[in-house]
Amino acid sequence: MTNDAEARAVRLAAEPLRPASPHPAFFSGTARSVRDIFGQRELLGLLVRRELKAKYKDSALGFFWSLAKPLALLLVYYVAIGRFLNAEASPRNTGGVPDFAIFIFCGLTAWQLFSDIVVGGTGSILSNAGLIKKVYLPREVFPLSVVGASLVNFAFQLVVLVGATIALGHVPTGGRWLYGLLSLLVLVVWSSALALLLAAVNVYLRDVQYMVEILIMILFWASPIVYAWRMVDGAIDGWMQQLYLANPMTQVVLGFQKAFWVAGDTWTVDGRPVDAQPANLATMLAVTLVVSLVLLWLSQRLFTRLQANFAQEV
Amino acid sequence: MGIPVIEIAGVSKHFAIRKEKSLKERLVNFGRSNLHRESFWALQDLDLTIESGSTVGLVGPNGSGKSTLLKLIGGILQPTSGTVQLRGRLAALLELGAGFHPDLTGRENVYLNAAVLGITREQTNRYFDAIVDFSGIEPFIDTQVKFYSSGMYVRLAFAVAVHVDPDILLVDEVLAVGDEPFQRKCMDRILGFQQEGRTIVLVSHNLDQVADLCDRAIVLEKGRVRADGVPRDALRVLRADFAQTQREDVEKHAAATGAPTLRITDVAVATHGTPTDRVMMRPGDDLAVFVTVGADRPIDGWNVGISVRNTSGQRVLSTDAVMMGAAPLAAVHGTTTARFDLPGLWIGEGDYTVDAALSVDGLTEADSVREGAHLTVTSTGRYVGSTFVEPRISLV
Repeated sequence: MTNDAEARAVRLAAEPLRPASPHPAFFSGTARSVRDIFGQRELLGLLVRRELKAKYKDSALGFFWSLAKPLALLLVYYVAIGRFLNAEASPRNTGGVPDFAIFIFCGLTAWQLFSDIVVGGTGSILSNAGLIKKVYLPREVFPLSVVGASLVNFAFQLVVLVGATIALGHVPTGGRWLYGLLSLLVLVVWSSALALLLAAVNVYLRDVQYMVEILIMILFWASPIVYAWRMVDGAIDGWMQQLYLANPMTQVVLGFQKAFWVAGDTWTVDGRPVDAQPANLATMLAVTLVVSLVLLWLSQRLFTRLQANFAQEV
Repeated sequence: MGIPVIEIAGVSKHFAIRKEKSLKERLVNFGRSNLHRESFWALQDLDLTIESGSTVGLVGPNGSGKSTLLKLIGGILQPTSGTVQLRGRLAALLELGAGFHPDLTGRENVYLNAAVLGITREQTNRYFDAIVDFSGIEPFIDTQVKFYSSGMYVRLAFAVAVHVDPDILLVDEVLAVGDEPFQRKCMDRILGFQQEGRTIVLVSHNLDQVADLCDRAIVLEKGRVRADGVPRDALRVLRADFAQTQREDVEKHAAATGAPTLRITDVAVATHGTPTDRVMMRPGDDLAVFVTVGADRPIDGWNVGISVRNTSGQRVLSTDAVMMGAAPLAAVHGTTTARFDLPGLWIGEGDYTVDAALSVDGLTEADSVREGAHLTVTSTGRYVGSTFVEPRISLV
């Protein structure tokens, strides 16, 4: 027997036995889960790259296509709603939304990130079935890699958005960026929580992925993306308004508008200034962040429970 | 040696595969859903301890639970009851190129696959040249893997796989890839692993490979341990089981087909004494094979032959009356018996079967009996293979 082998035997003898498959307790297993996932950060990085590289490989314009969709949507909404439905501020409609293109793009950017994470995350376990059946990994890396890849796409859109504000001369400065950052945090935490939960449930009930696609389409209209919060404020009040505002994505979209839609601050109707966002937006976002963090933790714990049988169900 | 690195205690694995995965199916089949359950025990009450530095072969017929056991050890599946415990780092090679993406280049896939197998980026950087060199596909390393031939694909995948640095390596039927020189490289690598004191658990249908590589073989059958011990003994049990299964198949087949006019009514073998359908012999014994033929009308111009096959169905020897220059044989009416003498049959250890076949007027088979009789050859265990020798070694 070689020295190598002896050294190995000695080292192994000193190690305690560990279970082959982790089955952590619901509460006390959290630290371990976090450690396991953190231990796979290199793989996570590679999976993010795989998602990004493989997506538009072999297409002539490549990565441009990830920008094409939001830009096309922007054009459609700008022309149809801004111009034809006359929502934009113009000589015809002096009380309309100023810088309507920026306004829409704030919401579209946020929404695109949300739907990328939730839709992609939901299917992520099934689309990696090959790996899940053959290798043990903390399976959270698959939904998380979708989050990472979506964030990269988001970064490009953000560059376009900020570029547009510079072009129009309404550059967001100072404390506005804090709104942007807070909103982005809420958005990522909230959508990751959903992605983890839905990814796990989807393994057992495949309807979930189709349901999610439809819900994403419907919920698009439940946040002030292509219409302004001011119009909602006038249309519903009381508990319905509270409900509308409780939607994390509504808050996130409003937060993005607060951050990047500078013209919203000087919006006037009939010569009087109006509020483009609710006054206590920062507080709402902070509360939602805390709630989302709790939800993220819960859905990760649930994910851990459900993942035990992934390999035989996918 | 001697430290248990894998401890399996009272492990059972039950699969209940529901075929309905959608809401509609669940609603439509609500209440009847048990009808749509496919339920079976893949493993039952398994207790095993595998010690560090050993190489263990898991063998058994398809569906015996080998791969399930490997996945339980790898933590990919969780046991229904019982515990699986490990010591040390584990890597599972259950599929070559797990995580390979066809649209990425070979280089990108090497990094991805390495990360999947638990090799750090730093290690991969260090081994990268060695990996490419081992795979022998250097000119294509920056080509997308979807353009690779299947051989190139597995070579690259295997090259990554052998650079893992585990204490326990699980291998599922992935050793036999590539051309012969490449296979030899793979084998050398495995032998290297053994010398470094790593524990290897491999599933294989190649029993010769198991006999060569392993110091312990575990035969699984229907989720239970059928035999466990040194490969020679364990594999003997498995070979006997395979032969038994084949025999049952033959009987079923015979029952299903009709009777020709010229038939083989019996095949028997004898070393000495009365012919029976099963003999134990040692290499070099004289063997006689008796084929009894019945005809309901007189038939001449017939030919009779026998072959001896090993358990994997390879023909060890084959002969017939025409080949021996003994044709034409006297016409047969009623019953007659042909005796084949095989004096001094030097065949190697293992189970063999004797087939017999009849033809008339040099045409196609009139009747045949597969596995009409059985030989079990026992010997010294100093070699494997179909011919017998008494090997000796000395330094000159």
